[in-house]
Amino acid sequence: MSTEIFGFDGVNVWVDGLVRVLLIVGFMTVVVMGLIYGERKILARFQQRLGPTRTGPVGLLQSVADALKLVGKEDLRPRNADAWTFELAPYLVFVPVFLGFVIVPFVLDWQVRILELGLLYFVAVTGINIVGWIMAGWGSDNRYAMIGGMRAAAQGISYELPLVLSLLAVAMVVEVPSDSATGESLRGSLNLNEIIAAQAEIPNLVWQPLVLIVFFIAALAELNRTPFDIPVGESEVVGGPFVEYSGIRWSMFFLAEYAALLIMSLIFAAVFLGGWAWPAGLFQDDPWPRWAQALLVTGKAGLFIFMVFWVRASVPRLRIDQLMSFTWKILLPLMFAQVLINGLVLVYDWPEIVLTVTGLVGVLVLVMAVDRAVRHPRPRPAPATQLEGEAAS
Amino acid sequence: MVVDTSATEFETQDLLLNVGPQHPSTHGVFRMVLEIDGELVKDLVPYIGYLHRGAEKLCENNDFRQGIGYMDRTEYLAAHNAELSYVMAVEALAEIEVPERAQWIRMILCELNRISSHFMFLGAFGVDVGVFGTPFIYGWRERERIIDLFEEISGDRMMFAYFRAGGLAWEVPLNFPERVREVLESARQGVKDFDGLLTQNEIFIARTKNVGVITADDAIEMGMSGPTIRASGVPLDLRKTEPYLQYDQISFETITADGGDVFDRYLVRLQEISQSIDLIEQCLERLEDGPIMPEKMPRMLRLPEGEVYIRTEAPRGEYGIYMVSKGGNKPHRLKVRSACLSNLQALKQMCVGQYVADAIIVLGSIDIVLSEVDR
Repeated sequence: MSTEIFGFDGVNVWVDGLVRVLLIVGFMTVVVMGLIYGERKILARFQQRLGPTRTGPVGLLQSVADALKLVGKEDLRPRNADAWTFELAPYLVFVPVFLGFVIVPFVLDWQVRILELGLLYFVAVTGINIVGWIMAGWGSDNRYAMIGGMRAAAQGISYELPLVLSLLAVAMVVEVPSDSATGESLRGSLNLNEIIAAQAEIPNLVWQPLVLIVFFIAALAELNRTPFDIPVGESEVVGGPFVEYSGIRWSMFFLAEYAALLIMSLIFAAVFLGGWAWPAGLFQDDPWPRWAQALLVTGKAGLFIFMVFWVRASVPRLRIDQLMSFTWKILLPLMFAQVLINGLVLVYDWPEIVLTVTGLVGVLVLVMAVDRAVRHPRPRPAPATQLEGEAAS
Repeated sequence: MVVDTSATEFETQDLLLNVGPQHPSTHGVFRMVLEIDGELVKDLVPYIGYLHRGAEKLCENNDFRQGIGYMDRTEYLAAHNAELSYVMAVEALAEIEVPERAQWIRMILCELNRISSHFMFLGAFGVDVGVFGTPFIYGWRERERIIDLFEEISGDRMMFAYFRAGGLAWEVPLNFPERVREVLESARQGVKDFDGLLTQNEIFIARTKNVGVITADDAIEMGMSGPTIRASGVPLDLRKTEPYLQYDQISFETITADGGDVFDRYLVRLQEISQSIDLIEQCLERLEDGPIMPEKMPRMLRLPEGEVYIRTEAPRGEYGIYMVSKGGNKPHRLKVRSACLSNLQALKQMCVGQYVADAIIVLGSIDIVLSEVDR
């Protein structure tokens, strides 16, 4: 088997795959370092600081300096740590995230592989990194790490559900361009390229406002970002599962965290904002050069990333029980309802405006539910452990 | 839901979690050992004393002027207020009449220090609740401007040693009123910033409302004071109940809240900043030229025999000085009544039955200064 890569015909499939993966990993590492610099600069502006300024012009080399410092540091392992679990954990966090890049569409036809079940692959692969978190938490033999690992497990598994359901809700109603052979219009696709192609006219954010918001929230939780940074909460568990890691292993966690942010932003751009397609069907017949498409994707993904940083600079952290009840009692039922409505639209061929209207109603319900839970809470039941605690003292 | 483990076959053990003294959110070198069941706190044992320097004993070996410097170091976030209690105790024993101008300036400086201390609380509390740095920088910015002003006046940014028994060390700079007004303007904006950032934030409310509740009766029993007890609905404000300096000359209302939870402690402090701004403006209007020290002050102060307990309203509550003099130029015995130490007594009561994350913000809401607790 052979394929074409950058104009070279007849390249062996394995060589081709390897080249692409290496390119992606190398490129992504650089982009991730840029992201770290960007986050520091943007957060600094939010906080009326300057951020890094000393390393290189306007601090551009800060990430490089940090990386060099981290690589040069001693790779410590606590004596009581479970050696295998401790040493393997970073890989289990790192590898799945980079595997996810296989399906990410950067520009038209530029991706490692076009998979028919792209979204499913993405969800399945990135879900693995929770195991790494638990391993790091357990293997460190540190109580903060263990609490953090347990929190990460609970949170990662719970928020996977709304995330998957939100992607499913979009995927099931996507209109696949009609097959030229049969002339029939098909609906439903997990192929990211088809999902993007379907948004050439109107991006999905118009049809699925609720799904977009739920995806954003669930993505924040999956990325362990504020307000869902409970597993790593600096003021509570002091870095959670990573508390015992140092040097290169710690930087692998760090890299994976930002790589996950990047991949999530690209998926967001592809699924909700139409990827490389210009909005409102502009330039549809005359596709723009790839650099312009890349710029567009960068802009759309950058929007997501900027939102994540913005949220990080402005909201406090949730508590673990609030986190759980938020997803199980509010997000999940809403997503079930949305999937049901999408199914109805699909089956009865209702006009798509129904989706927008129900989505907006869903947003309203979400806001009202949160408002009610916050401003008119039910009194907390008296904790049963109080008596035991009193008796113990 | 609590599972009854006695019925099942294997026994489970509660996890002991040591928080501090090197934990980032223990505000210094406080240490507490939490007994946790999952995420619930079942028991809490606080340990203090890591910062004990024997400040009281040191004061007994130094004369009345040198003691002022040690007071700064017991309460480093509100050093003016700490000095005030000390010099007032000396003045009460020596029966010195403080000139009016010195009293007004003392009031202004103490209220400014209350503002800076409360801003410091808001910033640190924001970090405890989990906002990444933003409130901390907001708080730090306002505190920095106030500290700049203090530096212009006393020559030091934290350890001022500006008050003296009888009055002030030296006259304030000529542009003092204008500078204070400038700082107040900025502080007013700072209050607005915090209000916008946190007060109405849904997550912030969810995290802090009905957390770490302490009732008024319990609070009184624990000997709590300051904003912490006022948040429980007890209108205990020494500036109002036992006016010292010129506090009876100006009008203000004691700020209370009735929830007694973490949110109310936050809110009371936020409102107190606005109140202090208002107070300082009233003080500035009444500030007149005049002496800042009594006419006849001895070079070396020697006190008659006697004992006195003076308490003032510091940002964290009642800061008291109990001083025994047996003549001479040094106190025979000095005891600092620390507001934080008393407030900290309620920690266990507030934390047991809450989540681990709550224990952190409850500790933050007490607003401890460890060097005052341990002295």
